[in-house]
Amino acid sequence: MHARRGTDSFPDKRVFEPEEIRRALTRIAHEILERTNGAGDILLLGIPTRGVPLARRLAERAGEFEGRPIPWGSLDITMYRDDLRLRPARALGPTELPPAGIDGQTVVLVDDVLYSGRTVRAALDALTDLGRPRSVQLAVLVDRGHRELPIRADYVGKNLPTSQREQVRVLLAEVDGEDAVLLDERDAFPDNSKKPSGSEPGSNQGSEQKGALA
Amino acid sequence: MNRHLLAAADLSRDEALLILDTAEELARISDRPIKKLPTLRGRTVVNLFFEDSTRTRISFEAAAKRLSADVINFSAKGSSVAKGESLKDTALTLEAMGADAVVIRHMASGAPRRLAGWIKGHVVNAGDGMHEHPTQALLDAFTIRRRLRGESTSHTGISSHGSPTGGLDGIRVTLVGDVLHSRVARSNIALLNTLGAGVTVVAPPTLLPLAVDGWSCEVSYDLDAVLPKTDVIMMLRVQQERMNAAYFPSVREYSRRYGLDTARMAAMPEHAIVMHPGPMNRGVEIAAEVADSPRATIVEQVANGVSVRMAVLYLLLGGAELGGTNE
Repeated sequence: MHARRGTDSFPDKRVFEPEEIRRALTRIAHEILERTNGAGDILLLGIPTRGVPLARRLAERAGEFEGRPIPWGSLDITMYRDDLRLRPARALGPTELPPAGIDGQTVVLVDDVLYSGRTVRAALDALTDLGRPRSVQLAVLVDRGHRELPIRADYVGKNLPTSQREQVRVLLAEVDGEDAVLLDERDAFPDNSKKPSGSEPGSNQGSEQKGALA
Repeated sequence: MNRHLLAAADLSRDEALLILDTAEELARISDRPIKKLPTLRGRTVVNLFFEDSTRTRISFEAAAKRLSADVINFSAKGSSVAKGESLKDTALTLEAMGADAVVIRHMASGAPRRLAGWIKGHVVNAGDGMHEHPTQALLDAFTIRRRLRGESTSHTGISSHGSPTGGLDGIRVTLVGDVLHSRVARSNIALLNTLGAGVTVVAPPTLLPLAVDGWSCEVSYDLDAVLPKTDVIMMLRVQQERMNAAYFPSVREYSRRYGLDTARMAAMPEHAIVMHPGPMNRGVEIAAEVADSPRATIVEQVANGVSVRMAVLYLLLGGAELGGTNE
């Protein structure tokens, strides 16, 4: 639980080890095949950034079980977000679909964390502009609760009860160099912090050993 | 990004690459059944054109509409400007009508910068006098990158076309023609340098500015000597409307010495591409057979212009209003 590594920057709990992530994805891959009767016409679409490697892993795993390739792609939702005007303009992620498109397919959206549900809402809007899938399902690695919209996941790797002050970070080998799910207290270092280290909670660079020892 | 896009020379390498990468993603929506994004819904973009322009205005209009912005076109002809209204009063009128961004083309160099000081909205320079035309330089860089750096494979492996990334390091670009009057040349030289490309300008001495020695580019008067060392050739338009004085003896002589014909095109490396910002004078700076060859990117440049202008409008208008620069 407290297996903290030197690369991790600030006090956090590892709530998911690489082995558990692997097992959860294997289970979700099986569930997808079961729920879709062998995944005849499914398409896994990952939401950048970390949904994309998850979609790839799920597609590869499901493909191994079925003995044929399962199509997957990515769906960027930046232009459909409802909070665009709250932050500076962001860089766009890739949207890559198979040449056949999404019409008539069962689309499984894949993301790392399900929280407010607003990302998924944006993804549903983005899908509408791309075509008309037969149905849309949702797979997430972590469901942390606190929904703000009537949205739920069809496949969940782990239900993680959190407080809204906490921050869930999913690390994946393809993006971050290792697999892990971390739970941080966002206000671990309030402005008038008693902690001696001058670390910033937002930065995930550098070593914070001093702060950790204090 | 800054609040405004006034000059290509203002862009850092990271900002320029952000625009090109964003344009690369936005270019894909032209392949989709619904070529529209909801991002700028409820925002108003005013096209304020004091100079004749068809393609730039239409390109900005298409870009703004694809992002769901409302577009108001304002051309000086037949407007209150013809009755003597000043730029400042016109600008304040547009501001009062709720313009979130003003795309301005003006015959006076520096007009967009003046405008930026008067209004609260974002200002995009669509060409000012003999100064700059930054979105043209961005779409040219985008076109070069796609043609010469577009071979990388996509990361999911399902899409047939990979997105090129990074700058234009090591690419040799030659600009030929009326550099003196060309805002396209100024913007391109600035941006190409920022992105790491090497630039050579070729022109009759009369069509080079006096200050060209201070520019970061090579200068040559001999087109044939430069062609074998050229990856991209950009033919500039002979701007007959600006030719009050005689800069060269005759159009025919200009065409013989500085025009791009099939023989000259054959002297360039196999992969080299031919660009022209349009509108072309066929038979003057570029031969008709060259303009229609597959190595010419002239039509592509027009299509890419919409994607690049969408990227600029999105990056300026799509996010939060925070004074100063962010990311």
